[in-house]
Amino acid sequence: MFSIPVFLSSFEPLFWAARFTLLISVLGIALGLVVGALICAAALSRSRWLRWFAALWVSFLRGVPLLVQLLLAYYLLPVIGINVPAMVAAVVTVGICSSAYVSEIWRGAIIALPKGQTEAATAIGMHPRDIWIRIILPQAFRISLPALINELILLVKASSLVSVVGILEVTRASQAQAATTFRPLEVYIAAACIYLIINLCFAALGRYLEYRTTV
Amino acid sequence: MVEASSVEIRNVNKFYGPFQALKDVSLSIPPGKVSCLIGPSGSGKSTLLRCINFLEEYDSGEIAIDGQLIGYVSAGGRRMSSRRLREMRRSIGMVFQQFNLWPHMTALQNVCEGLIRVRGLTKSEAEARATDALKKVGLSDKMANHPSRLSGGQQQRVAIARAIAMEPRLMLFDEPTSALDPELVGEVLSVMKTLAAEGMTMVVVTHEMGFAAHVADQVAFMEKGELVGVDAPSRILNHPEDPRIQAFLRTYHERNSF
Ligand SMILES: Nc1ncnc2c1ncn2[C@@H]1O[C@H](COP(=O)(O)OP(=O)(O)OP(=O)(O)O)[C@@H](O)[C@H]1O
Ligand SMILES: [Mg+2]
Repeated sequence: MFSIPVFLSSFEPLFWAARFTLLISVLGIALGLVVGALICAAALSRSRWLRWFAALWVSFLRGVPLLVQLLLAYYLLPVIGINVPAMVAAVVTVGICSSAYVSEIWRGAIIALPKGQTEAATAIGMHPRDIWIRIILPQAFRISLPALINELILLVKASSLVSVVGILEVTRASQAQAATTFRPLEVYIAAACIYLIINLCFAALGRYLEYRTTV
Repeated sequence: MVEASSVEIRNVNKFYGPFQALKDVSLSIPPGKVSCLIGPSGSGKSTLLRCINFLEEYDSGEIAIDGQLIGYVSAGGRRMSSRRLREMRRSIGMVFQQFNLWPHMTALQNVCEGLIRVRGLTKSEAEARATDALKKVGLSDKMANHPSRLSGGQQQRVAIARAIAMEPRLMLFDEPTSALDPELVGEVLSVMKTLAAEGMTMVVVTHEMGFAAHVADQVAFMEKGELVGVDAPSRILNHPEDPRIQAFLRTYHERNSF
C-alpha cells in the first residue's frame, strides 16, 4: 500500500541531496558555457589546427557516454597523480562534456545569422570586435537560449549519473533510503517530484529570459 | 551639406572561382550625381556595387574614391590595412535589398550604433543626430520601434537613416525597393529623391525604370559581367543603340504592361 506519511517523510533527506544535483548541473552548465564559448571560437577560427582541435573535442565528448567519462575521470585522475575531491571531478567532467554540446549550439546559432547582419555593420566601418559584441553575440545568444535551457535540463537529469563516483545526489540518496526503509515506491516518487520541480523551475527561467530578450 | 565623392572604376575584373562575374568594367561616377545600374538578373550589378565599398574583393583593376584606391595599397598591390579600409567605409553609406536592420535594436539604436562605435559620439550626441536622420526620412514617431514592428517601407527608411546619419559622401543602393510591396515603393523612392536633390553622389542598382528615367543623371547597363553602355537616361532608355539593351527593355516593358 502506498503510504502518504512515508512519501512525505522521504522528501527531507532528498532535499538535502538535491543541493548536489543542483550544484552539479548549475556549475556544470556554467563551466560548459565558458569552455563551450572557447571551443566554439576555435571551431569558427581561421586556424586549421584550432578547428581540428575543436572537432576532436566535440566528437570525443559527444561520442563517449557521460557515465564512461565519469568513471574514466574517477579512476584515471588518481593514476596520473591528480587528487581532487569527487565533487570537483564530477562537476568538471559534467561541465567539459556539456561544453561540447554548448559549443555546437552556439556555432549553429552564429552561422544561422543572415550574412547581411554583419555586412551592414562592416559597410559603416565597424570594427570586427564591435561587430561580435554588439551584433552577432546578442542575437546568437537569443537564438540559442531555448537550446541552452534544454541542455541545462538534460544536465539535471544526467547528474544522476555522478552517483557512480559516490556523490549523494538525489538518485543515490533515494536508493539508499529505499534500501533502509523498504519503501521504494514512496521514495522514488518523491525523487521524481524533486527532479520535476527543479526542471519546471529551469523551464520557467528559460521562458522568462526568452520573454526578456524577445522584441 | 558635406561635399560629395566621385568614383572612378577602371578595368575591374572579378572571379568567383572559374566564373568571371565582372569583365573589364570601367565606369565614372561623377560627384553629386545619381548613377543607376540596370541589367538582367545575374549580370553583376550587385557585385560591382559591392566592390565599390570592398564588401566584395575585386581581383584586378582599380576602384578609386576621390582618387583614393579602395581595398589595395596600390593597383595590383597588397591589400590595404583593415583599419584604413574601415576609415574609407565610414564615408560610404550602403542600403541593401533586405534592409539588414539589426532586429535586437530599436530604430533609434540602429541609427545610433555606428555613430557611437564608429564615429565615437557620446550617446546623447548620437541620439540627437539619429533623431534628425529619422525625422528626415519621416519616422520621428517610430524611433522606439524594433524592426519587427515596422513595415518594409519603414524599415528601409530606417536603413537609409542609419546610412545618412554617418554623413557619407557617397551612397550605394542595391535594389532598395525590390523587397517591398508595390504600395510601399513610393515612400522609399521619395526619400531617395530628396537625397539626390541635396547633391549626394548615389549609385543605385534598380529595376525601377521610372526612377532611373526621372532621377538618374546617367544609366549604365550591364550584361553577363560586362558594362555594355552608359548614357543619359533619356538616350539609353528611349533610344538604345545596343541590341542587348533593346532586348532587355523589350522584356521589361512586356512584363510591366498588361
Ligand atoms: N558568392 C558568390 N559565389 C559564386 N558566384 C557568385 C557569388 N555571388 C554572385 N555570384 C554570381 O555572380 C553573378 C553576378 O551576380 P550579382 O549578384 O552581381 O548579379 P545581379 O546583377 O546583382 O543580379 P540580380 O538582379 O539578380 O540581383 C551571378 O551569376 C551569380 O551567380
Ligand atoms: Mg543583385
